[in-house]
Amino acid sequence: MAVMTYREALNLALREEMTRDDRVFVIGEEVGLYEGAYKVTQGLLKDFGPKRVVDTPIAESGFTGVGIGAAMVGLRPVVEMMTFNFALLALDQIVNSAAKMNYMSGGQFNVPIVIRGPGGPAHQLAAQHSQSMEVYFYHVPGLKVVRPSTPEDAKGLLKSAIRDDNPVIFIESETLYAVKGEVSEDPEFTIPLGKAAVRREGTDVTVVAYMGMMYRALEAAEELAKDGISIEIVDPRTLQPLDSGTILESVRKTHRAVVVEAGAGFAGMGSELSAVITEQAFDDLDAPVERVTGVPAPMPYARNLEKAKTPSKERIIEAVRRVCYANGNGKS
Amino acid sequence: MAVSKVLMPKLSEAMESGKIIKWLKKEGDRVQSGDILAEVETDKADVEMEAFGSGVLRKILQGAGSTVPVGSLIGVIAEPDEDIAAVASQAGAPAAPAASAAPATPAPAAAAAMSSRPAAVPPQPRREDPAARTPSPASAPTAPTRTAPAAAAPATALRPAAAASPAPGDGGRLKASPLARKIAAQSGVDLHVVHGSGPGGRIVRRDVEAASAAPAVRPVAAPVAPGVEFEDRPLSQIRAIIAKRMPLSKAPVPHFYVSSEVAMDRGWSLREELNALEGQPKISVNDLVLRACALALLQHPGVNASFQGESIRVFYRAHIGIAVALEDGLITPVLRDVQAKSLGQIAAEARDLAERARQRKLRAPEMSGATFSISNLGMFDVTEFSAIINPPEGAILAVGAVRKVPVVTADGLGVGRRMMLTLSCDHRVMDGAMGARFLQDVKRLLEEPLRLMV
Repeated sequence: MAVMTYREALNLALREEMTRDDRVFVIGEEVGLYEGAYKVTQGLLKDFGPKRVVDTPIAESGFTGVGIGAAMVGLRPVVEMMTFNFALLALDQIVNSAAKMNYMSGGQFNVPIVIRGPGGPAHQLAAQHSQSMEVYFYHVPGLKVVRPSTPEDAKGLLKSAIRDDNPVIFIESETLYAVKGEVSEDPEFTIPLGKAAVRREGTDVTVVAYMGMMYRALEAAEELAKDGISIEIVDPRTLQPLDSGTILESVRKTHRAVVVEAGAGFAGMGSELSAVITEQAFDDLDAPVERVTGVPAPMPYARNLEKAKTPSKERIIEAVRRVCYANGNGKS
Repeated sequence: MAVSKVLMPKLSEAMESGKIIKWLKKEGDRVQSGDILAEVETDKADVEMEAFGSGVLRKILQGAGSTVPVGSLIGVIAEPDEDIAAVASQAGAPAAPAASAAPATPAPAAAAAMSSRPAAVPPQPRREDPAARTPSPASAPTAPTRTAPAAAAPATALRPAAAASPAPGDGGRLKASPLARKIAAQSGVDLHVVHGSGPGGRIVRRDVEAASAAPAVRPVAAPVAPGVEFEDRPLSQIRAIIAKRMPLSKAPVPHFYVSSEVAMDRGWSLREELNALEGQPKISVNDLVLRACALALLQHPGVNASFQGESIRVFYRAHIGIAVALEDGLITPVLRDVQAKSLGQIAAEARDLAERARQRKLRAPEMSGATFSISNLGMFDVTEFSAIINPPEGAILAVGAVRKVPVVTADGLGVGRRMMLTLSCDHRVMDGAMGARFLQDVKRLLEEPLRLMV
């Protein structure tokens, strides 16, 4: 184990997989000479050469299509979106080609591609560059969607994504690249897709959250603990396929659930989580499932308004208190 | 195949009549001998009633809510093609004499063929009041063919008979969380009498847990209609028994009372220390009092005694009745051989008895045979009170709340925990000094609580 940043963990995963399997290559804007807009691909061009680390023009639909074609004929491309917001330009390639090729070819082709890059709210990146992009993808049958919250998950899940024979949407976060944590240096260390993690054990409320929201939930947990409210935090890690078993097991223990998502809320991940919990653990619920979501508005550039749009620790605490029927009165 | 009559069983010595709480089988259900047919409220407990014959439950003659004398016909079990008209017509009358007068004779072949049509026994639960369906003697012979599907019946037959059901209608939808409903069903709590603390009065888990832990749950007072000055509420079985038995104690038994204040500081901290231990049953103040009384009763068998007319019966084992408040009365389950039980055992068994008492799940032997009783109103912040002896016991101890009070210490004033005990004694059995010495020992055991541990 070593302590490294989330960024370094991703870099290590790419290096290990490129070393392990020469079919793996990296393609995208500024991934080679510039070593990545967020330095995730640092040093890869030098170590693996220009055939394995391919710089492209600013043409997301084009290089994503190149990646899909390469995957169909047997390579294992890792396509970098400089930010995942730019994947909107490649949406047709991803939704209509990558996701459906295996089905429409009657299993003749599979598309072992990873499309990765940062998404979600960051710091004053404004309306077009702060979107929670996972909502555009987990709805599409044929895609797997990963949101890794910690350096160790970044490494273990990216390696599993590269080894997976299906297209995997792998959305990182600008705000987490510098987060440090313990990461296994074992080249065979992976974390399976579709397996949630309990980040903190608790007894009173299950909070489901990932990425930055998971860290807000951890802060909320500390503050609520002072009032005697014990929350359990479940991080799904993979949104599709979703590990509903771990989430339901937790809810059946705590009898209350709050789900948090940075996105705008309507028909979002929180809606899906809420539905799964209500459908499958109805008799165990002591309160309606609460959703804490972003405000349904474009992300403002102004710092104060950005803060107002994004779910905060305070709003998580309020929701937890509501499901505990403990509005300001401590433990129920 | 024989027609079996379902009769109100005599489920305890004192039982004269029973109230049908609910039927667990409906008309048309196939039943085996030994199946639970219904729940019956007797004078002290709710009891499950078994079937003594096999076949189809053809007829329910007394619906939920009816109170009928022991031995009355309340239902008929028979095969679908058997004629039950003759048996069903005995409804309402105690069956013993009628049974021999009108044996269940096989019906003529024609009638049997007619009644074998499945329509004759509608399997769906019937909603109309059972009283309205009880066939009158005149219509009884044709009863099987008249139980046609409800749609064909005249509308008037579906209208509940006035004044047949004393229960108020619960029209408004009850709001409770799914978990609260589940726990209520498991613990036998009636959600209609639980106060909901959630938004909009939603009943949530903590409300149900509080209700099942509370000694008595009062229904929320119904809004009073203007102009109504009073109402006469029918006595529940249990209230009727209390009303009958308590004057039999207070009038003939010459009560006297001795009281004493107990310093509970050490008992309190011992209890806190014990309750901090992992995996131990939580010990209540009442458990300490139970243990202290059992040990003191061994030393003072004269208090553990019963007036027998020509003699006094002295007991050498302490079977202690624990008064448990119910919604509509109180019940005194008996904890046996308390003198031989550890605090942990007492705590676990007393809690189990109290919980089952509230759920009316006590077995008959658990409700009789006490040699002494304890009544504790401490949870209601009662400082002190005196209790009425439950004959044939010779004494009962009334326990008040543990209060923090100013106390005089060697250095001046301090804060101490104090509890009042009042012993009610039967003067025919003992005198003041005997009661006082017993109480003094109880006090000493509680004030030097390590004695409870040895």
